[in-house]
Amino acid sequence: MIYPIYVKNYPAPDFNKKEILRYAGAKEDIIEINALIDECIKELDGKLNYKVCYVEYPVKILGDDVDLTFTSVRSKDLARNLKNCNDFILFAASVGIDIDRLIAKYNALSPTKALIFQAIGAERIESLCDLFNNEIKEKYKTVKPRFSAGYGDLPIEIQKDIFTALNCSKNIGVTLNESLLMSPSKSVTAIIGVAKDSNCTNEKVCAACKKPDCEFRRENEN
Amino acid sequence: MKIKEYLKNNLIFLDGGMGTLLQVQGLKAGELPERWNVTHSEVITQIHKAYYDAGSNVVNTNTFGANSLKFSDEELEEIVKCAVQNAKNAKEQSVSAQEKWIALDIGPTGRMLKPYGDLDFEDAVKVFSKTVKLGVKYGVDLVFIETMNDSYETKAAVLAAKENCDFPVFVSNAYGEDGCLMTGANPKAMVAMLEGLGVDAIGVNCSFGPKKLAPVVEEYLKYSSIPVLLEPNAGLPKVVEGKTVYDVLPEEFSSDVSALIKKGVRIAGGCCGTTPDYIKALVEKTKGQVPVKIEKKNFSVISSYTHAVEFGYEPILIGERINPTGKKKFKEALKANDTDYILKEGVSQQERGVHILDVNVGLPEIDESKMLVSAVKELQAIIDLPLQIDTSNVFAMEKALRAYNGKAMVNSVNGKKESMEAVFPLVKKYGGLVVCLTLDEDGIPEKAEDRLEIAKKILEKAKEFGIDKKDLIFDPLALTISADKNAARETLKAVKLIKENLGAHTSLGVSNVSFGLPERDIINGNFFTLALFNGLSAGIINPYSNEIMKAYHTFLALNGFDDNFEKYIKFTEDLPKQTAVQGTAIAKKDSVEYQSELQKAIIKGLKEQANLITKELLLTEKPLDIVQNEIIPALNIVGVGFENKAVYLPQLLMSAEASKSAFERIKESMSGEKTANKCAFVIATVKGDIHDIGKNIVKLLLENYGFNVCDLGKDVSPEEVAQKTKELKAPIVGLSALMTTTVPAMEQTIKLLREKAPWCKIVVGGAVLNKEYADMIGADKYAKDAMETVRYAEEINNGL
Repeated sequence: MIYPIYVKNYPAPDFNKKEILRYAGAKEDIIEINALIDECIKELDGKLNYKVCYVEYPVKILGDDVDLTFTSVRSKDLARNLKNCNDFILFAASVGIDIDRLIAKYNALSPTKALIFQAIGAERIESLCDLFNNEIKEKYKTVKPRFSAGYGDLPIEIQKDIFTALNCSKNIGVTLNESLLMSPSKSVTAIIGVAKDSNCTNEKVCAACKKPDCEFRRENEN
Repeated sequence: MKIKEYLKNNLIFLDGGMGTLLQVQGLKAGELPERWNVTHSEVITQIHKAYYDAGSNVVNTNTFGANSLKFSDEELEEIVKCAVQNAKNAKEQSVSAQEKWIALDIGPTGRMLKPYGDLDFEDAVKVFSKTVKLGVKYGVDLVFIETMNDSYETKAAVLAAKENCDFPVFVSNAYGEDGCLMTGANPKAMVAMLEGLGVDAIGVNCSFGPKKLAPVVEEYLKYSSIPVLLEPNAGLPKVVEGKTVYDVLPEEFSSDVSALIKKGVRIAGGCCGTTPDYIKALVEKTKGQVPVKIEKKNFSVISSYTHAVEFGYEPILIGERINPTGKKKFKEALKANDTDYILKEGVSQQERGVHILDVNVGLPEIDESKMLVSAVKELQAIIDLPLQIDTSNVFAMEKALRAYNGKAMVNSVNGKKESMEAVFPLVKKYGGLVVCLTLDEDGIPEKAEDRLEIAKKILEKAKEFGIDKKDLIFDPLALTISADKNAARETLKAVKLIKENLGAHTSLGVSNVSFGLPERDIINGNFFTLALFNGLSAGIINPYSNEIMKAYHTFLALNGFDDNFEKYIKFTEDLPKQTAVQGTAIAKKDSVEYQSELQKAIIKGLKEQANLITKELLLTEKPLDIVQNEIIPALNIVGVGFENKAVYLPQLLMSAEASKSAFERIKESMSGEKTANKCAFVIATVKGDIHDIGKNIVKLLLENYGFNVCDLGKDVSPEEVAQKTKELKAPIVGLSALMTTTVPAMEQTIKLLREKAPWCKIVVGGAVLNKEYADMIGADKYAKDAMETVRYAEEINNGL
């Protein structure tokens, strides 16, 4: 069986300023920060590219051993996440290199703006992933939360296999460094368990995580 | 027949997709196709043969990802050896009659180059070189570099090919929906860079079907003087009844590609999803089609990693400010290795509207080649303007041209034999548009006619090196009128003579003309106007000079270069602004809830106001009093607010930047006196980690609090941290890491510091760390944020 890799370009998702504020470490709306965010968004001016590449694979789970088709891995947490799913979507998403250039530029000129661009970048890539997720939700009754390398006990080294399987460098221009960092930095890879029926429950992302002191933890997620 | 010879009068057909065919034969998801050269050599041979049988002149070896980053040296050699042998076997077995060659296929490394990735440019050259050498050893006919989506990596691959073999080099890039490479280059920029590097054919592959690639191909055909190649995908994949199919079929594919061959494409094949059927259809469709003659284009262009700048239409502005001559602060910055100064100059010149940045970092006290390369790399990381490499040091020039991501402007060569023989080979190898000064062994001729003669001499010599007129720009030298009252007149005459007699472009360093006179701007601006009206193509100018910018915008407006006068109107709107800012700083004086205006500006994070108010205060108060009574208390209010969670991180930073700007004003007024300096603090992001926002935040705050911060940057080796700490006898070192995978590097750094600099205290921070982790790797302190680091540093400093 050949599993084709699809590449998609998206128009810019709407900006979620509340999220940008949150990523910048501001817990409420403050005029000066808001003005700065607007200024930075204006400077962004169509510079970002919203790209996703993905492939759909079948999955087989035996205890904690997960056969992901493109590789196999032992992970209790992933096995639980993918429970009752026959298939999963493996995807990589990126908003491109220009956000890194802006962050680097303002690292030299204004650390405040560097921080804001950093926050905007985080919001952009998350919004892109949400956009992609929503499309999947239209196709499947059950869509599990995104599960990335390094979550729970899923080793980060699996990134290497993910990059080979998706050919991320060729398809969306994302590469993996020796220390397993992604470039461009505002990129995400993840596994999304899916099923055509609704016999498995949708877990909540933050609730399933074992880091209760995380400053980005959402208490009321849906 | 040699392929280059054949190409002169014939179309060349390449092969089609490999990966998709291997999947049909059973290649599994995640399996590396290059290994199949060894394990399934018959399968590979048959695919190659099928392409030859279909009419391909060139097949690419199955070595797309065959590089030393993915395979050990032994396995790599085995793979390339078998890959070449498979292609040779196919060539022998195929009985079709066309000319046949074998190309060594080279794809991207899969790693991003620095600064946005971790692969050094020269290391990338080495990686590609290994594969090229193996291709030479096992015997191919040409090198085919393909699917490159980054200009810098493309350059590394081309250098590797040119430096390790004499084969023809074909280069093909993969473009995105926006018509640019993933890292931003447009087709015109790529044509400029690749022609400059002297490759034999250039073009486009992968990404889309032929229709969607057509606009990019047409750009190539418009600008390229060398053969253009095209290998589109068979459209997009989809699954039909459990099978992957592509949505452009051979018939449509071949007629679309053949339409582009009629427009001038000389080399064609297919990429993802195409099969021998596609090539067969294409060969049949184009039977009897006469290849379009390749016209030599006459564009004078240079390029950055995003776009090209063309000479000969609107005048080009080259910003002269990155040059230490006569700039005390810049000299100090160079000596202190402070590249931020250069970046700031670059950004503000770009904001003033220059098209190119001149980069000159020549100072007798520093290692110029090292500094020049570092300036080029830092500038091209954040500014998309092409650079003009300005140095008389040929060694430094070569290093910088090599490291440059694009086709650079080279400043300069002159009519001396020695100069031409040193500079022209570099321009030939790396590409470039070279500034030719009309002087020679006898100096600068007084008369314009004699300068024209030198220009002719340079033109002739360049030809001997294979450098076209379009890659030369003549500078007939603006001399100081206060030394010779006729100097400007002769220079202007020379501009005109060179343009009329040689049909060549000219540039001038404009500012020299007024040396020694008062209000130099007035002379400079008018001289620039006159030069432009005499046909000057480019000026090396000071973009902060209003007179120069007035001259430029007036020229555009008067010469029909400014549609609807949009540029002129925008320019005039920006003119009075500088005075307005000062007004607002003084106007608002409601110091109800703040101790003073300066404190308010700092607490509210108003950078420009903080600077201006400080300037006013300095008229009446002592500098150190301002620091003690205004800045430090304001900083403390914000700092405590942050610790109590009443102030958020962006506000803390805005205040820090505002107080930094106040400090800078104060430093200027103190001329050499020290502003309450605390101890040295060495700071770095550890090896393997390229995140530096957090580190920079800590640095900014530490500077605010008076620490002497030595910032080593990101991805810093343990040795470098230890070395610097020892050198400065620094009592504190701060290390940052964001990834779990880079914490081991932090641990190594701490170990080495304990050994080499046992006196220092080590504070660590970063997203993945916590107190337990910090204890485990042997740090003295875990700081959860920037303020905590400051408090800890103050503790250490007070204990000294």
